[in-house]
Amino acid sequence: MALCGPKLSLCCLLLSIWGVIQLALMGVFFYIKSVALVEDLPLEEEYKPTEEDMKNFYGDVDRAYSQNAFNCWIAACLYVGTFLISAQQFYMNNKSTSGTAF
Amino acid sequence: MGSLFRSEEMALCQLFLQSEAAYACVSELGELGLAQFRDLNPDVNAFQRKFVNEVRRCDEMERKLRYLEKEIKKDGIPTMDSGELVEAPQPREMIDLEATFEKLENELREVNQNAEALKRNFLELTELKHILKKTQVFFDEMADPSRDQDEQVNLLGEEGLRAGGQSLKLGFVAGVILRERIPAFERMLWRACRGNVFLRQAEIDNPLEDPTSGDQVYKSVFIIFFQGDQLKTRVKKICEGFRATLYPCPETPNDRREMAIGVMTRIEDLNTVLSQTQDHRHRVLVAAAKNIKMWFTKVRKIKAIYHTLNLFNLDVTQKCLIAECWVPVLDLEAIHLALRRGTERSGSSVPPILNRMETKEIPPTYFRLNKFTKGFQNLIDAYGVAAYREANPTPFTIITFPFLFAVMFGDLGHGALMFLFALWMVMNEKPLIAKKSTNEIWNIFFGGRYIILLMGVFSMYTGLIYNDVFSKSLNLFGSEWFVKDSNQAIFRRKTTMLDPKTGLTDYTYPLGMDPVWQVAENKINFLNAYKMKVSIIIGVIHMMFGVMVGLWNHQFFRRRVNVICEFIPQIIFMTFLFFYLCILIFHKWVNYSAKADLDPALINEGAHCAPSVLITFINMVLFKSSEKVGECEPYMYGGQEGFQKFLVVIGLLCVPWMLCAKPYLIYKQRQLQHNKFDNVNGGSVMEEGGAAQLGAGDAAAAVPSGGHDEEESFQDVCIHQGIHTIEYVLGCVSNTASYLRLWALSLAHAQLSEVLWSMVMRIGLAQSGWYGGIVLWAIFGAWATLTLGILVLMEGLSAFLHTLRLHWVEFQNKFYAGTGYSFLPFCFESMLEAAQNAEVD
Repeated sequence: MALCGPKLSLCCLLLSIWGVIQLALMGVFFYIKSVALVEDLPLEEEYKPTEEDMKNFYGDVDRAYSQNAFNCWIAACLYVGTFLISAQQFYMNNKSTSGTAF
Repeated sequence: MGSLFRSEEMALCQLFLQSEAAYACVSELGELGLAQFRDLNPDVNAFQRKFVNEVRRCDEMERKLRYLEKEIKKDGIPTMDSGELVEAPQPREMIDLEATFEKLENELREVNQNAEALKRNFLELTELKHILKKTQVFFDEMADPSRDQDEQVNLLGEEGLRAGGQSLKLGFVAGVILRERIPAFERMLWRACRGNVFLRQAEIDNPLEDPTSGDQVYKSVFIIFFQGDQLKTRVKKICEGFRATLYPCPETPNDRREMAIGVMTRIEDLNTVLSQTQDHRHRVLVAAAKNIKMWFTKVRKIKAIYHTLNLFNLDVTQKCLIAECWVPVLDLEAIHLALRRGTERSGSSVPPILNRMETKEIPPTYFRLNKFTKGFQNLIDAYGVAAYREANPTPFTIITFPFLFAVMFGDLGHGALMFLFALWMVMNEKPLIAKKSTNEIWNIFFGGRYIILLMGVFSMYTGLIYNDVFSKSLNLFGSEWFVKDSNQAIFRRKTTMLDPKTGLTDYTYPLGMDPVWQVAENKINFLNAYKMKVSIIIGVIHMMFGVMVGLWNHQFFRRRVNVICEFIPQIIFMTFLFFYLCILIFHKWVNYSAKADLDPALINEGAHCAPSVLITFINMVLFKSSEKVGECEPYMYGGQEGFQKFLVVIGLLCVPWMLCAKPYLIYKQRQLQHNKFDNVNGGSVMEEGGAAQLGAGDAAAAVPSGGHDEEESFQDVCIHQGIHTIEYVLGCVSNTASYLRLWALSLAHAQLSEVLWSMVMRIGLAQSGWYGGIVLWAIFGAWATLTLGILVLMEGLSAFLHTLRLHWVEFQNKFYAGTGYSFLPFCFESMLEAAQNAEVD
């Protein structure tokens, strides 16, 4: 059942805790449309100064923010899954090394 | 006064111990760990010292213990450390220990020898078994299937009987030989016996265990047929030469079968005996394993005590041992107590005598440290141990080191990672220490856990000030910049410039950098100016503080000459030139503002009129006057030109002051001494008093020990002073510039962080679609690994190194001598630790 050794499972465990916290926070920041993350949005290359493009721009930005927020939360959920798997691996590895002592 | 600021006052003490009580007293002193003994017999050979026999006995005991430990490790039995304090045993206990070890060693050797003999026996029997099995095959092949099933078949059949007219009796030998040797063996047999012998061989499938080495080797069974006695001897000799073992093999199949059965029973018996031998050995080793660590500690302590006793001198009456040791003055009471305990334990009636000696030798440097200060003291000691009783840079380093590191590392996210790692190490201190890891890199990180903890905390603070979390800014209070243009105008342009005249509110962002700078293209231009100025300010303050510490040293050692001839010109030079530079920086920050440009009357206080501090400074030193540029005044305040000229002149005058004043004073002093000694016959008390007054408080001057041989020749004094002056003056300039690395490294860190985010993380964030979540999941792992590897580890080590250099060179060359030697007391703990580390290596 052991897919990875003790060191790899510990690394994945810590990484997934970090991932859950950071991605959840990033999702929140994307959701409240923080300006700091504006360069990370998937937008068009160019928006012309016409009325139409300007309206599109605001719509695109709103959509991009929401999309990225949800992407971040999806990734955070995936990391919750990773956390559970690595935690299980970690406990299994620990049990096999220290279980037989009496 | 025991403190971290100065090293402890040490006293050289003489210790008189009665011979009976000496062992116990030294044992108590070893537990205490506060006395450094000097070798009073440096010319004596190790083999001629008084206690060489005891040391030899201890060595012998250690050898036996090591043999036991090796056997215990071979069987894989764990050795426990009881964790209690094991005291050094009495000398009479040594004999008991020796007897125990002797017995154990003999028993173990006997068991091992028996096991070896049994294994050899076992091997022979196994080989015999294989021979009997294989030769059956040979004999069967010889039997012709067309013949009758009579078991009494001669090997060559009827032809053999008919050919020579007489019955040809073929003899044979059977044996076992290593598989590798068979080809050479065959060839040798062929040549030596001229092809008149017949060899059959068959391989043994299982490898057999060689009794001496324990290796598994492959062997083959062979059988050689020959005729006549001469061939027999020849064959036997060849077999001996090739180290083949010969076994008596019966001719008839019946005998062979009986023998085979007999061999099987004997093998079974041997197996039983072998397993019982192994059990016995295991039991002996398990019993020994319980105590072996305690025995090691006892033996090492005894050996250490006798080594120390060897350093002592025997006095005239042969009843008493004399020792010389360095002892911290504050601990004399504790030493007295320990000695009293020792005498009581040994039951001696004469109390030991401890008396202080006056000496001109330089005592060792001793700092009382705890687990927190030890890390920082190690950093300083790596450069040089503090001279006796000079000011210790460590208490300042505890704060300045993490602070300068944080200026170069400033990132809230990376600082938090570092802080959490160090916090884990500090919270789990006790179990991690008990693990006694041998990994050097881990030990270095663990030893510096408090340093890393502080570095992490300070980095989190500077991260807040630089407003940098993994290269993104936090908008905690709302930016003070705003955009006044209409949306249409902004859409038409590629970039929009926010002028501080019009785009800035009247308030400033309360804590740190305004978050708008993160999305600005000219962020680096703005931050550079700020970080460079801050680096210079921090540098000048750090160096001036170093010169002040030098002043404390001069005052403590009562070197008034140094205060007048070194400290005052040094501080004037640095203040008038570099501290003035800092004041100019502050003045420029305060007096010039962008808003002033809105009012035409305040044009000289506007941003575009602010003169460059660097150009001003260069012009000041070169005595160049600045010209008015357009409407702007080149000077920041009235009378600046004249004031600056004054500062530079005084600063430059300090250089010959530093260079010549001290040698001149020393010269005058020595003249006075010479005159005084010339009139030594009529020397009155008043003259002596006068000379003594001049010489008082002047430890740097040569001690007048005679007329001509003084400590330092005058030429040397001049050269030293010259070197000192040049070092200081040039150092002021170059060291100030050296502090710009605070700016350079923080810029590099910020840029690396930004590049990592924009090159790696953005791939995961720029996906439009729902699969972006999965891509982000994978990308985050890569980004996190790179952040840890490059930004935390590599940049962390780099910033650590640069901070260390700033402390060692720029700060410490203002005052630190670092010519002392460490206090290494006779302490059982450190000795046992060293022995354990040596054991592992």
